[in-house]
Amino acid sequence: MSIEISAKAITPIRLSYGNLKERFGDKRPASRYQEAVYDVQPTANFQYRPLWDKDHEIYDTGRTAIVMEDWYSFADPRQFYYGTYTITRAKQQEVAEHNYAFVDKRDLLDELPDDIKQAVRDILVPLRHVEWAANMNNCQIDCMGYGTTICSVAMFNAMDRLGMAQYISRIGLLLDGNETTTIDAAKKDWMDAPQWQELRHAIEDMFVLEDWFELMVAQNFVLDGLIFPLFWDRFERKLSKGGGATIAMLTEFMSEWYSETVRWTNALAKVTAQESEANQQLLSSWLDKWTNRLSKALEPVAAKAFGAEGAEQLAEVKQELLARFGKQGVTV
Amino acid sequence: MSAKKNTTFLIFQDNEDARPIIEAVEQDNPGVDVQHQPGMVRLERPGSLIVKRETVEELTGREWDVQEMHLVLISLAGNVDEDDDKFEISWG
Repeated sequence: MSIEISAKAITPIRLSYGNLKERFGDKRPASRYQEAVYDVQPTANFQYRPLWDKDHEIYDTGRTAIVMEDWYSFADPRQFYYGTYTITRAKQQEVAEHNYAFVDKRDLLDELPDDIKQAVRDILVPLRHVEWAANMNNCQIDCMGYGTTICSVAMFNAMDRLGMAQYISRIGLLLDGNETTTIDAAKKDWMDAPQWQELRHAIEDMFVLEDWFELMVAQNFVLDGLIFPLFWDRFERKLSKGGGATIAMLTEFMSEWYSETVRWTNALAKVTAQESEANQQLLSSWLDKWTNRLSKALEPVAAKAFGAEGAEQLAEVKQELLARFGKQGVTV
Repeated sequence: MSAKKNTTFLIFQDNEDARPIIEAVEQDNPGVDVQHQPGMVRLERPGSLIVKRETVEELTGREWDVQEMHLVLISLAGNVDEDDDKFEISWG
């Protein structure tokens, strides 16, 4: 007797949700990222306008001067939705946690030369306030923004910034054997020391920007595009040369995070600028305005960090930033 | 060599992890024949087939190690040439 085993193919009736079928066709199954973010933004039946903003609906495309035919034109190149985001960050957190434990166990920060310790106290620790501001600003973008692909990126970004502020706090605590001396001094610097005041002023002006896309440009395109290469890359390397490589171990996440973030800021700039001439001009004018303001605000901090080379380092970073966005079609 | 003997193929499980690899193979190998079979996908092409790390990374949005492919690879035919950036099979 022979047994015939026949394989039977069961084809699914549909490969994805209706909204994704309209966007991407029905040829292949939708990715989890597409299922998670596309068309999640509420668009109709809002009833009353919010008490705090009578000119707009609760979710309104009119909260920015940028106009997009389809607010889902932008897609995150990292394809972050809750699952992929948390898995990626959990892995990175494990590495970071291990590094902190390693440095703590061997008291490696005690071995640092005094001038390096002081440089960390003067430059890196006050940056926790910048990170906190970035958290606030990205929450604001998420709150006022439109289109889930953009808003979800802003919220993930906001959480990252809070995480980085905490890493910096931990460095501050490690420097003093868990006393808050350094952190308190850094707060005082941030509030009073002349080198930080222009930056603090600019950041506080960003808090009250009306247009959320302008805030996106000011915070995520420009300020991060200056601060991360300048301090978490160039200044770190300067510290390492002077014997402070341990610090680089504790701030590895920052440089990793930045090279990842550049991918979506580039994509967002490109997609938005491509949409129309008007968008492109708006982006260019914001980029110009905030690059000038923020690079000027960073001058005294750069001088403090790099001494005589400060101006040159800052100018190079600024040039790189403008060149990067120039490639995306946003020219100044 | 006859056309039949010259055929290289890769067979993947038909699941979420394999999908970006299959799409990458479709993109990078003009004329590849994709056969959907129960539970698996067979990719055939005369001469050679290549899986490029760069393309898969673009599709998944994350870093991807070529070795991860083996978690979803069922079978293959061809001589293997692999490094950090690609996995290529060919007869030649």
